[in-house]
Amino acid sequence: MAARPLADVAVGDVVGPVTVPVTRETLVAYAGASGDQNPIHQDEDVARSVGLPDVIAHGMWTMGAAGSVVSAWAGDPGRVVEFGTRFTKPVVVPTSGASIDVEGAVRTVDAETGRVTLDVTVTADGQKVLGRCVAVVRLD
Amino acid sequence: MAVNPDFVGRTYPPSGPYPVDAALVAAFAAAVGSQDPVHTDPQVARAAGYADVVAPPTMAVRFAQQTEAAYVADPEAGIDFSRVVHGEERFVHHRPITAGDEVVGTLTVDAVRQAGGHSMVTTRTELATAGGEALATCTSTIVVRGGES
Repeated sequence: MAARPLADVAVGDVVGPVTVPVTRETLVAYAGASGDQNPIHQDEDVARSVGLPDVIAHGMWTMGAAGSVVSAWAGDPGRVVEFGTRFTKPVVVPTSGASIDVEGAVRTVDAETGRVTLDVTVTADGQKVLGRCVAVVRLD
Repeated sequence: MAVNPDFVGRTYPPSGPYPVDAALVAAFAAAVGSQDPVHTDPQVARAAGYADVVAPPTMAVRFAQQTEAAYVADPEAGIDFSRVVHGEERFVHHRPITAGDEVVGTLTVDAVRQAGGHSMVTTRTELATAGGEALATCTSTIVVRGGES
C-alpha cells in the first residue's frame, strides 16, 4: 500500500470503525511475538486467582491492534511516528473469544510538517478500554 | 514493600543488542492483525523506502520490556511484579524498526509516585541501533498495586 496523501486528509475525517476479533490463540501468538508471557493472558485459573473474571488480553495487544487500524488508514505502518495510550479497562477473552471496535478521528492536520493527529477510541462490549489514545501519523 | 523512590533519575547500562529478523516482524504483525505486506515482503518494503520488512509501531515494546527487566527484577527497586498492571505506554519513533536492526535499549527511571495506596513507576527506554542511530523513545508507566498490609 502507498501512504495516504496529506492533501486527502481533513480535520474531522473518520477512521473505521473496524472490529478486530481476539481469541485465546491470538493472545498466545501475541505472547510469543512480544515476549510477554504473563499467564493472566493465557490461563484462566491464574487470571481468576488474582481476581480477574477470566483471561484478559495484553493491554499492549489492544494498543497494537488499534495501531494496525491506524497503520492501514495511513497506508504505511512506518508513518506512525507517535502513539500513546492509557490502559483503562481490561478486555476479557473467554474461550469463545471476544472482539474490540477501533475507530479514530482526525483532530489536527499540520500542512507544513505533514503531522496528522488522530484521536483513537477502542471499545469492548461497548465500554472504552483505552484512554487518551492518540496517534500521530506523518504524511506527504 | 514500597517501590524505592531513590531510583528516580537512575539510568541502567545499555541492554541488548536484540536482533530483529523477518520472522519476528511477521509474527508480531500477524498477532496484532496488521496485514500490510510491508511487514512480510522485503520487495514491498524496499519499494516503500525501507531497508527491509518494517515492524508494526508497537513492536518496540518487545525491546523496551526486555530492557526494563533489569530494573523491574532489581530487588533493591522494590517492585513486586505479581502486583504490576500496565498503566500507560507511549512511543515516539525516530525511524521505523526493520529486520536486520540490532536494537540496544537504555532505561532511565523517570518517576516513582504514590497514589491511592498504589505506586506508579514511569520509565523511559531509548532504543537505538548498535551503531547508535536513534530508533524510538518508549515511555511506560506501570502501577504496582498496594497490598492491605
